[in-house]
Amino acid sequence: MGDISPFQFQVVAALIFLIGVAGVLTRRNMIVMFMCIELMLNAANLSLVAFSREIGDDQGQIFAFLVMVVAAVEVAVGLAIIISLVRNRDTVNIEDASQMKW
Amino acid sequence: MKTALFWIFSVAALGGAVGVVGNVRNPINSALNLVVSMLALAGLYVLLEAQFVGLIQVMVYAGAIVVLFLFVIMLLNLRGSGTSGAEVQPLVKIAGTALVAFSGLFLVRVLASGRAPWPDVDPSYGTTRAIGEALYTDYVLAVQLAGVLLLAGILAAVVLAKKRID
Repeated sequence: MGDISPFQFQVVAALIFLIGVAGVLTRRNMIVMFMCIELMLNAANLSLVAFSREIGDDQGQIFAFLVMVVAAVEVAVGLAIIISLVRNRDTVNIEDASQMKW
Repeated sequence: MKTALFWIFSVAALGGAVGVVGNVRNPINSALNLVVSMLALAGLYVLLEAQFVGLIQVMVYAGAIVVLFLFVIMLLNLRGSGTSGAEVQPLVKIAGTALVAFSGLFLVRVLASGRAPWPDVDPSYGTTRAIGEALYTDYVLAVQLAGVLLLAGILAAVVLAKKRID
């Protein structure tokens, strides 16, 4: 692996996670916030795979695979919720959907 | 070679992630930046000798999930409609700056620390065969539950996205 240490992969994962957190905090477009959640899930996956390689056991890759399954389901359901929300409210700004009932 | 690839993929993944967050005009640009980030992450997985996870990353994330995002953005025709109001409270700004500064310090410390060695793994590590054997023996319950979850997700998405519930 050249002179790349396992920690450098963790640093990349941490930075991607932080960018995702910053996006969820600052953006107000529901779809972009959802993409930022996907970024955070991917950062966690990278961390899992890097730790898996670091200890030389491939169980971490199985966890990463199952995280991907859950993320796929989450995207399908979440986008369906966004579609029905946009049909009802005609906006994707999260501030317009701050009440649980209307 | 691997070092150069690591830096290329890392910069692409981080740049794509910044592009997702920083693109305030059009959500489609954010989705395309997301593809760049996902593909770079797949490259990082292959560098970590996790070929199977890298392949699934390309197929599921770059293939299916981002296409679903693009499909919804185009279906809703969101081009800049009510998406601009990106006003951020000052508290969030301060918290974000502190967070990034803290993690920058962490980054410098980690990069300055010693190089931990990578353990040797046998050639079957991370191949489809090894992962598949583990999934269908030790983790078969998780696979079954994932199947049930996918079915529930499909049904929920169809019901939620329907125009009128009969």
